[in-house]
Amino acid sequence: MDSNEEEQKIPVSQRPEWADVKPVPQDDGPRPVVPIAYTEEFRETMDYFRAVYVSDERSPRSLQLTSEAIHLNPGNYTVWHFRRAVLEALNADLHEELDFVENVAKENSKNYQIWHHRRWLAEKLGTGAIVKELEFTKNILSLDAKNYHAWSHRQWVLKALGGWEDELEYCHQLLTDDVFNNSAWNQRYFVVTGSPLLGGLDAMRDSEVDYTIEAIIAHPENESPWRYLRGLYKQDMKTWANDPRISSLCLKVLSTKTRCIFALSTLLDLICSGFQPGPEFKAAVDDLQASDTGPSDSGLGETICSVLERIDPLRVNYWTWRKSHLPSVTV
Amino acid sequence: MVELAAEKHVRYIITVEKVSYSIRKLTCCPDPLPQYLQKKDAFESVVMEHLRMNGAYWGLTTLDLLGKLHVVDQDEVISWVMECQHESGGFAGNIGHDPHILYTLSAVQVLALFDKLNMLDIEKSVLEGQISAFLVHDDLILIHRAEKNYALGLRSTLTLYSDIASLQNEDGSFSGDMWGEVDTRFSYIAICCLSLLHQLDKIDVEKAVNYIVRCKNLDGGFGATPGGESHAGQIFCCVGALAITGSLHHVDKDLLGWWLCERQVKSGGLNGRPEKLPDVCYSWWVLSSLIMIDRVHWIDREKLIKFILDCQDLEQGGISDRPDDAVDVFHTYFGVAGLSLLEYPGVKAIDPAYALPVDVVNRILLPHD
Repeated sequence: MDSNEEEQKIPVSQRPEWADVKPVPQDDGPRPVVPIAYTEEFRETMDYFRAVYVSDERSPRSLQLTSEAIHLNPGNYTVWHFRRAVLEALNADLHEELDFVENVAKENSKNYQIWHHRRWLAEKLGTGAIVKELEFTKNILSLDAKNYHAWSHRQWVLKALGGWEDELEYCHQLLTDDVFNNSAWNQRYFVVTGSPLLGGLDAMRDSEVDYTIEAIIAHPENESPWRYLRGLYKQDMKTWANDPRISSLCLKVLSTKTRCIFALSTLLDLICSGFQPGPEFKAAVDDLQASDTGPSDSGLGETICSVLERIDPLRVNYWTWRKSHLPSVTV
Repeated sequence: MVELAAEKHVRYIITVEKVSYSIRKLTCCPDPLPQYLQKKDAFESVVMEHLRMNGAYWGLTTLDLLGKLHVVDQDEVISWVMECQHESGGFAGNIGHDPHILYTLSAVQVLALFDKLNMLDIEKSVLEGQISAFLVHDDLILIHRAEKNYALGLRSTLTLYSDIASLQNEDGSFSGDMWGEVDTRFSYIAICCLSLLHQLDKIDVEKAVNYIVRCKNLDGGFGATPGGESHAGQIFCCVGALAITGSLHHVDKDLLGWWLCERQVKSGGLNGRPEKLPDVCYSWWVLSSLIMIDRVHWIDREKLIKFILDCQDLEQGGISDRPDDAVDVFHTYFGVAGLSLLEYPGVKAIDPAYALPVDVVNRILLPHD
């Protein structure tokens, strides 16, 4: 649309090619109500849009008008819908349309309609769209790595069209950029469990556990990998509780004595799932007690809850609840 | 501590342009409008114009929670809402726009606030030719609307139910409109809407529930589609839909409860995902979810109240996303609704699943004599 930028500044009503169209003003209802403060340009563009929409004129000038209306307000479902009808009627080049969307998306990457339109285009283009769609979402994610729409679209592309080959590596890149990026951890799980190339969670668990442990040791306060680590075992609490790598990780983090809420809560979960902690665990937790309380006589689970009540006061009621629900067999 | 500036918020809502269908009729607003309101942020108005129906719901529900719904001209609002209804039965965000399920729920909620859900039944009776039965209501707006439909020969205004039901897909999910965008938001909207209209039997509830369960993640939360990241807004939609359909046993309450209470950050505010900034809107999404799964005591109530109150504009009224940001009607609603969930004095109780005042929901759902 760049070549038309000059033209766009001329009001639609003064363009000769629109002389035959009678604009249709917004009907604000049967009674006088206070109108919204539309800008003149917006009002006029929409008046002409309504005219071609009502007459269902699927023409190049209608397409051009929807471009202008979308630039003025990309959130209008009707304009996008009509644009698709026009694109189909004109048998337009959909690759060109991808460029149009990319332009609009740069400034409106959280707009639902844009993504829906993009999906429609990709569906039409089929597997030929994979590379471009993965690149497009990558560009949006390079500006905002947690953009929910971009992730949804990317997941849809992978599931519907394919392109899994480099996805795990892409997740790794994003986590290298920001290991706190929960969206990237979520995508990693999506790939590990869903990619037809990797053999599924069972085949991937071992290497993923090692990968995640490394990430946790670098930033033990990072919520996402702790949850990811637990998720790798799904409902299999027994395997999880008996995997020595998990308890060792807790011990290792606890020995640093700082930022260890998730290490403590994971150890608590392990104990609740049947893990039998050795004396070194008790010693590490006792070390975290307030300096005025000596080594605790109570069970390790209870001590962990007491420490969490103190160091995580926002959630004191949660930890108190955990304390009151410890299994009776707990040491 | 700062208190809730309820009067200021009421004034803000009834004067803000985004929901100004009836400003001149309002009892406590001068006519003409003050200068600063006349030329308020034109861009926002443009962007908002297609979703005025949502704005109406946010603003009017806030007024009701603050006990001030009577200050708006009910007939004016209802008339405008009904003008937004389409032949298909669904509602548009504004007059002359296309219908979308996002606006249909807001429209139904607004009708519910005013105890006017019977508008839909009344239209049906009129369209079936029972004009006399209709006239006893002695309501000019209803007549206006009904006559218009009758004249146009629209014989299926009440296809609203089947319109919503037709958005259900084979896998149980819902699309937002006939063009197919799928999202658990739409599952919630369809289920909430049909439940308020006593029409849940129009969809396959079991399939709908199964789809939502497929969107459950390893952290106990829910995403927009299977595999989508957990997000507090989506969690509200999924937990809300499961609550309405009596399916909360599918939720891992302790796991999700912990994830949700981890959303509270040092300032007392709540975020929607790990490592994101707190925002007043999550006072609704997170809190309502916690209440539905009976875990709201796991967060620090006092600190959250303080965070919400710190987001008030104490001079012009309104509530913003974070302290010192610009206010809008969306965050004003979520702030007041959050305070309602926290049982803040002077604010009516709101239902965490239906997002309507409890007395409104009871009026609709409790059996009558």
